[in-house]
Amino acid sequence: MKGKTNAIGRFIPEKINGLPVTPFQGVGKYVPKGSKASPPIVTCADYPKDGNKVLLDLKTALKKAGIRDGMTISSHHHFRNGDKVANAAFDIAAKLGIKDLRWYPSASFPCHAPLLEHLKSGVIHHIEGSMNGPLGDFCSKGKMRGQGVLRSHGCRYRAVQDGEVHIDIALIAAPTADSFGNANGVTGKSACGLLGFALADSQYADKVIVVTDNLIPFPCIPWQIHGNHVDYVVAMDEIGDPAQIISGTTQITRSPSRLLIAEYIARFIKEVGIMKDGFSFQAGAGGISLAFVMYLKEYMKEANVKARFVRGGSTKYLVELLEEGLTDYILDGQTFDLEGVRSMRENPHHVNTSPFTSYNYHGKGNFASIVDAVVLGATEIDVNFNANVVSHSDGMLLHGIGGWQDCLFSKCTVLAVPSFRDRIPVIVDNVTTLCGPGELIDVVVTELGIAINPRRKDLLKATKNSGLPIKSIEQIKEEVERMCGGPPAPPRVDKEHVVAAIQWVDGTIIDVVYKVLD
Amino acid sequence: MGNIAEAGKKATGSDCWVQLEIKKSGGILIELKSKVKSMYGDSIRETATEMLNFFGIGNAILRIDDGGSLPFVLTARIEAAVKKRFPKKKEEFLSPILPQNAYRVKRDRFRRSRLYIPGDQPRLIINAGLYRPDGIILDLEDAVAPSEKETARFIVRNALRIVDFLGVERMVRINQLPMGLEDLEFVVPHGIHTVLVPKCEHADTVREVDEKIQTLRSQHKITDEIFLMPIIESALGAINSYEIAVASPNNVALTIGLEDFTADIGAERTLEGKESFLARLQVVHAARAAGIQPIDSVFSDVADEEGLMKSVLEAKALGFEGKGCIHPGQIETVHQGFSPTEREIKKAQRIRLAIEEAQKRGSGVVSLGSKMIDPPVVKRAERILKTAIQNNQIPANWKETYDEG
Repeated sequence: MKGKTNAIGRFIPEKINGLPVTPFQGVGKYVPKGSKASPPIVTCADYPKDGNKVLLDLKTALKKAGIRDGMTISSHHHFRNGDKVANAAFDIAAKLGIKDLRWYPSASFPCHAPLLEHLKSGVIHHIEGSMNGPLGDFCSKGKMRGQGVLRSHGCRYRAVQDGEVHIDIALIAAPTADSFGNANGVTGKSACGLLGFALADSQYADKVIVVTDNLIPFPCIPWQIHGNHVDYVVAMDEIGDPAQIISGTTQITRSPSRLLIAEYIARFIKEVGIMKDGFSFQAGAGGISLAFVMYLKEYMKEANVKARFVRGGSTKYLVELLEEGLTDYILDGQTFDLEGVRSMRENPHHVNTSPFTSYNYHGKGNFASIVDAVVLGATEIDVNFNANVVSHSDGMLLHGIGGWQDCLFSKCTVLAVPSFRDRIPVIVDNVTTLCGPGELIDVVVTELGIAINPRRKDLLKATKNSGLPIKSIEQIKEEVERMCGGPPAPPRVDKEHVVAAIQWVDGTIIDVVYKVLD
Repeated sequence: MGNIAEAGKKATGSDCWVQLEIKKSGGILIELKSKVKSMYGDSIRETATEMLNFFGIGNAILRIDDGGSLPFVLTARIEAAVKKRFPKKKEEFLSPILPQNAYRVKRDRFRRSRLYIPGDQPRLIINAGLYRPDGIILDLEDAVAPSEKETARFIVRNALRIVDFLGVERMVRINQLPMGLEDLEFVVPHGIHTVLVPKCEHADTVREVDEKIQTLRSQHKITDEIFLMPIIESALGAINSYEIAVASPNNVALTIGLEDFTADIGAERTLEGKESFLARLQVVHAARAAGIQPIDSVFSDVADEEGLMKSVLEAKALGFEGKGCIHPGQIETVHQGFSPTEREIKKAQRIRLAIEEAQKRGSGVVSLGSKMIDPPVVKRAERILKTAIQNNQIPANWKETYDEG
């Protein structure tokens, strides 16, 4: 296989899916030139004067949108594991005899397992998007005809914006929409909060189809998606499974060791002085993150400190911060529970954001680097603080990047991980797949102690007399290997068979995933 | 059937199930199913083969269903299966004792909190020290199902040798006698500090345990002392608590188990604890009279933090020095509750300064204001300051910034 080693030491083939690629050159080093992509010129005269774009069904819409072999079809993942629209669309494509489609979801979930049939039969050629569950498994075993391309949320927006990916047809599942195509995610039985992940699709696709199970008379307020971008509107009985879209409850971890990790992070944020009036942080819906918010909240109350904003994925725990006056705003990328949806619907200080505002690489700045601290997870972290979020130590591609890479640009990036899971070390010599460069990762918090990146001398100094269990990452690794019985064997993979490429936020390739051998 | 023995748990994270089938011929066959096969499959096979060789087993099928167990768990499970099939095999498959675990503890150390961990749940054992209790109890008794008791011994033994307990007092609660005497063989030679003796009703029980410990100590040439903490769990035990407390010079603390106690007296265990009030005082008095630490029972509602604090403060008021914990989340509350109050610290600081003042003057008589200070008061003050420093309530160098106001 031809290729070369990129700036972080990973071998990158010359081509992915037959197209030449640029290997990762270092953070902030790759500066593309030229103009942004643009959608075709349209004219309002070509659209119904009464604003009614409603068609009979999804099949009619796809046919009118001109679906044909080799096209790129996009969808969003605000419905998480409850999405029914992508499956419906590809079933129709299969019946129409369409082949070789490229699916460009903002993420896939186990509910998309039925698409395996379409991957096998050739209706879908390959997926460019985070692959979770059965699809990740399929891809890892080298069964997908094309190669997967994984991008972060910000990177996905960028790829559309600079023309790397041209979306032919965008499917936007919308919990509420009007006949003009205005749509939102805060109302309706399938309410999911917001629709930010579909923003690029609505702006740049050739054809945009809004699919809803709550069609209301014009105007649909708020219009998170503007009908002015929309070609067709389709009503369906059920666009998602509400129980799977929003879990209803989000659980704080009950594991004592994970609670300990959460407490360490909160203490760290307090001790190093990040927690002060007007600060900001981001914490997601993972068990450790939620527990971290609980601990930090107590410290904020004790010290009478108020945040200017917090970034979601929102949960009821962030909503409580907002409602108890401990933050001025929630800037939310996705809502994880019903309380989050309610708050976004009712509270003007709970604001919906998109990959454009938060992460866009081709923007004139974005929010990610403004955030004071962010708490993220990882599957593996190496002794140089490089981290993996997409694959397991056995080589299987099983998680998406989400906004993870984008968030690394925060002023203080904290990775919260158990030092080992069962017998699987998390702190290792070499990560299986390198998704995030160590230079952007400031702190690794495990139950065995807190490792601060030696580059962050300021943080090392600030924690000196804090009583926090500061250790070197090598020390944590040694302790882990002692318990686990040495380092794990490297995954058994076919180095000649690349099944997926991992892009860095700028579109260069930071690593690839190989076919896992049985 | 007689040729098959099994041990462990299937489909349990951090644990494994093994089944040993002895054959007449065919050598060793290892059938491995593991969550970590690609990472540690070879290592698991090597360990298993090494162990069967060690035990002199030449022909067998060893089936392993592994949920990602750490090596000390895997070896415990395999050895348990081997010993079930060959109860007469005496040799033990032991890893070296972790150097960090060579620490000893003092007989009068703090025993404010002791965290109970079921002896057959490796996932909970691994991190026990991280929550910084004063002691951890690897439980072989009530927290382990009867069918698992024998195999749990191997987990506890291996854990004592290899898990880093970070300076915590390593305790094991053995079973009631006579089973408990056998348990001792699995803990005494492996770095234990303190043995909890359950359901003590007579001094003889303690003596029997102590004698067995001394026999094992000399057999294994163990020079370190091994302490005892008898548990009173019945009316008879409460009545005999003083004899029990003085039954062995190795007793360091006396505690009470209220679940069993209330069952024994035919009362319901209540939050107020009126039904056990006398028994708890008997334990306090017996322990104090014997010069050892009185330690309270556990508080069983993990979710009720307020109730726990109330219970700790009440225990402290009665004279207890510690309390059992059944969840790591209880430890901090227990430590806080047993922490000296601001008033106690201030008084202790004044006493300490008065002593130094007296020493400077070369006087043996210490007084504070118009009051003479007796040696026990000094001792108490020293303990309070030590605790306060340990809890970060005052800095170690508090004298430098001490302000009388």
